[in-house]
Parts: sequence; structure tokens; C-alpha cells
Amino acid sequence: MAAKKLNIKDKYRLLTRDLDWEFSYQDRNKAFPFEEFEGIKITDWSKWEDPFRLTMDAYWKYQAEKERKLYAIFDAFAQNNGQLNISDPRYVNALKIFLTGVSPLEYQAFQGFAHTGRQFGGVGARVACQMQSIDELRHVQTQVHAMSHYNKFFDGLQDWSHMHDRVWYLSVPKSFFNDARAAGPFEFMVAIGFSFEYVLTNLLFVPFMSGAAYNGDMATVTFGFSAQSDEARHMTLGLEVIKFLLEQHEDNVPIVQKWIDKWFWRGTRLLTIVSMMMDYMLPNKVMSWKEAWEVYFEEAGGALFKDLARYGIRMPKYADIIEKEKEHVSHQAWWTFYTHGHAAGFHTWIPTDEEMDWLSEKYPETFDKYYRPRWELAKEMEAKGERFYTKALPQLCTTCQIPMLFTEMDNPTQISYRDSIYKGDRYHFCSDGCKDIFDDEPEKFVQSWLPVHQIFQGNCGGPGVEDILRDYYQMNVGVDNMDIKGSPDEERWKKWKGVA
Amino acid sequence: MPVHAITPDYTGDIKDRLENFHGNQIVYVGWDHHLMFCAAFAYPLPPETPFRTLRDEVMPEAFSLHPEWSQIDWNKTAWLLDGEPFEPQLDVALKDQGVGHKSLLRFQTPDLKGYKSAGV
Repeated sequence: MAAKKLNIKDKYRLLTRDLDWEFSYQDRNKAFPFEEFEGIKITDWSKWEDPFRLTMDAYWKYQAEKERKLYAIFDAFAQNNGQLNISDPRYVNALKIFLTGVSPLEYQAFQGFAHTGRQFGGVGARVACQMQSIDELRHVQTQVHAMSHYNKFFDGLQDWSHMHDRVWYLSVPKSFFNDARAAGPFEFMVAIGFSFEYVLTNLLFVPFMSGAAYNGDMATVTFGFSAQSDEARHMTLGLEVIKFLLEQHEDNVPIVQKWIDKWFWRGTRLLTIVSMMMDYMLPNKVMSWKEAWEVYFEEAGGALFKDLARYGIRMPKYADIIEKEKEHVSHQAWWTFYTHGHAAGFHTWIPTDEEMDWLSEKYPETFDKYYRPRWELAKEMEAKGERFYTKALPQLCTTCQIPMLFTEMDNPTQISYRDSIYKGDRYHFCSDGCKDIFDDEPEKFVQSWLPVHQIFQGNCGGPGVEDILRDYYQMNVGVDNMDIKGSPDEERWKKWKGVA
Repeated sequence: MPVHAITPDYTGDIKDRLENFHGNQIVYVGWDHHLMFCAAFAYPLPPETPFRTLRDEVMPEAFSLHPEWSQIDWNKTAWLLDGEPFEPQLDVALKDQGVGHKSLLRFQTPDLKGYKSAGV
């Protein structure tokens, strides 16, 4: 008699929990050597609730269906010259940042979840992490495929993985993930699974996907949709991890709180780049960064932390500072890239008069007072034929690796400087948040690969900035970088559109 | 515990130790309330560099793009070294007046308020 088909419940049990086994002649601690050194106490892995409720066979089936639809749209996009339907060639520069700065993080997430998917002692957590790991690998692939079409028509997309490893501003996202992956598996899950994928993910994905939709980029919208159901599962996993750790042992609470504080801070620093994309890089604006922060963090995050209060978890440290920073960071960041536009792998520009008025309207407390004057100076210099490019290299924060561009929130024209002395050397930070992270683990952060210092140590070729850009970063100097005005990107666009 | 590592007594390799800069030390210089420059600048300099050389030969290349640079009266300029008030001695080497590796020098020009008096 043929075997009876398994019902869903049995199949689920056999393909997830039943994959585990007892260790009869090996020491379980040796099989899972990463489980204890972080100080997290797990008393009973069987209390883990599977967030995905998905077996591998069902997973493959769903993902394969999504892939078929996605690649059909990519094909149609390419055949119909979809690149001509975007709002403005300035938009593609946001994609250049995404491909060089974010897609490689999907790959790092794949590696990180593969590691945790091996190291957790509980089978439910292992299976969930393995599935997320495969998702992340799919995301980097679909993003690369979505953007490869743009690479045929625009500059700066040709060598994204090489650039990710070397270019000065890309050390910010790269080191963020390196920090998470160099931590233990539980910190990794709180860092990426919870703080990033749960608390902050909407601030990355919604702006990018809505930005793509508002600016006629159907390829990016489609990969966004294709990733969305995966992201929903990732958020569930992130939340399950937190609840599980907090319910397992009360000693876990202060450790988890410290990680939430750290990764919330690191995450918001990383999202600075999204803030400038929303406020300055999207020709058709979705909403301001300030509005996005209010909707996706202050409202949604506020409700989440109210829920977590019953475990003894409070709002992340320095959330009050970040609330003030929403008025400033996008302006400070885009100014930094504008003034370093000769050393960036994408184009920069002065916002149009119309855009500046939009910024005044969205930032009534800050734009006209602090930031419009910067653009007026830039316009004045440009009109004289002296487009402003900074002529020296900036001081960087040892922790987030961002140039020390952030200001004091009660004194917004004063740079915020913090420092620590460790083993006789001085280290500089952009904020109390970054200083705290260093002070907690100086032996980790003395290893920061700070691009400016690496250049001065002679590890990036040079010595001239152009040599470094061309030979070490592999940028096409004079093509990928500089202002959008007069760039080959702009010239080609005008030719396609038949405008002088 | 200076790091939470699986390896006992783990220590990190200090990437920015002085010896790695081939005879130079790093000095940062920032102009307070002048945010035309988004951040302080980093300079690799021999520790024997006199302060005058830093101020008159190194700094102008980048700082002089500011419309107020030429109006600076150095006699009325206040300096901070690593957050403390500092009186630079122009003809003394950096290392002999406490400007060490990765020291931060800030200067303040209270009469100059930045482009359009906006701290730019």
C-alpha cells in the first residue's frame, strides 16, 4: 500500500522540530560552542515559537513562484527601455548608493544568518535563521539583477562589490554589518533580526520602494514587492527572538537592553544615508525624512516599546537625541556628499529653488535658518565657476565611521565632538551613543578600518585623491563622480529625451 | 571586560597606532561654527612641525575657500586642544606643546559668524 500523504501538521513537525537529535556520545556544548559566551541564559529551547510556520518544500514553492513573476517583469522592463520612464537621471544616484551600500549588506545578512542558523542550540531557531539566510541571498541576487539594466545606461554601477569593500563612505554600512557578524549569535539576532529588521526596516524599505514608485522605477518597485513577504517573516523572527530571550531568564534583560541601545543607535546612524536620499535625491519626493521618522519610529516604535515594557525593556537610550536629529541629519549628510562630490561614486547637486522651498515647508524650524545659507553659498560659488569641492579629508567617528558631521542638538552650528583615551591612544566620536559603544568594547573598535587613516598609512595607493579613486576604488574618474551638471549621465539623458 | 569575545583574553590590533603612519602623526583641525566644512580636517604631519607651519602652510589650502578666511585676526582667535583652552606657541613643534597623535585642535573666531551669519 502506498504511504499515506502526511497532513500539514505532521509534515511541519517532521521538517522542523524533528530535524534535531539528542547528543548521546558528544558534548552538546561542543556542538554549539557560541551559545554561552555572551552571557545569555537559555533554560528551555522548546519554548521557542516558530515564527515562519513554513516548511522547506513550501518555502521553495512560494519563492519559485515569486521569482517567475519578478523575472518576467525585469524582462519586460528591459525590453521596453524602462530606464527612459524614470523621473530624472538624478534618481539613479539613489540606486547607485543602494547597490554599493545596501545590496552587499543583504549578502552579509545571508552570511550572518547562516552562521546563527548553525550555532543556535534550538532547532526551531536554527531552521528560521536558515530560511532567512536563504531569503537574504535571494535579495542580493534580485537586487543585482534589477539594477543590472541600469548599469547598461548609467555610470557608477559597474563595480559595486569592489567599491563596497574599499570606498570611504561605504565603510559605514560595511563596518556596521561586520560589527554585528563579529558579535555572538544572540547579539547578531538583536542587532539585525530585531533592531534593524523589526524596528528600523520600514525606514529603509518604504522610502526606497515608494521612492522608486514615485520616480517611475518599476524594476526596483518589483523587487521590493517580491521581498516584502520575506521581510514580513523577518520581522516576526526579530520579535520572537526578543520575546524568547526576555522570557527565558531575567538575567538576559540588561544584556538585551544594552544591545537594543547599541543597535538602535548604530541603525539610526546608518539610516542617515536614507534621510538624505528622501530629502535630496528623489526628484519626486515621497515624504520628508522627518515625517518618515515620526510615522515609522515614533508612532510604530513607541507602541512596540510600550509592549516590551512588561519585560523591563525601556526605549532605546538617546531616542530623545534622535528625535531632535530628525530636523537636521538629512541636510548635514547631503551637504557632506555635495562637498565631497569629487570623491563619491555617484553624482551630487544643489537642490533646485523649488526643492529648497519644499524643504523650508517640511523643516520650518531648521532649513531656512541653518541649511539654506549653505546652498546659497554653494550657488554663489558655482555661478563664479568655482563649484565647491572640499580640499582636505574629514575626521571620522571611530564607531560609525561617518565623517564627524553631526552637530550638537542644542547648538546646531557646533560639531558634536566626543573622545576617549584607551591604552594611551585617543579615539574620536560623533556622539555619546558612538562613544558608549566604543567604551563598552574598546578592543573591538580599536580595529576600525577608518578610510581616511588608511589612506594616510599608504594602504590605499595614492597619494593623490584621483589616484586612489581610479586605482584603489576603481571608479571612472570624471565620469562616475563630480556634479550631475555636465556629467555623461546627464548628457546621455538629454540626448535620449531630445533636449538641448 | 574590554570586549565580549569567545576567545579568552582577546585583544584587537590597534589599526591607527602612531607607528603605522610612517613618521607622521594625525592632527585634526576644526573651525567652530563654520559648517561650510562639514567636519574637522585630518592632517598627517611630522610631530616636529612648528605650529606656524600648520597654521600658515597646511591649513590654508582647504580653509581658505571660506569667504571669511582672509578676515581672520589670529590675535583674536581662541584655540582648544582636545577640548581644553590652548595658547599655541607658533615656533614650537606640535609634539612639544602637547599636540599629540590624533589630537583635535579647534579654533574660534567670535567676530566672524560664518556666511550670512548663519554659522556656515
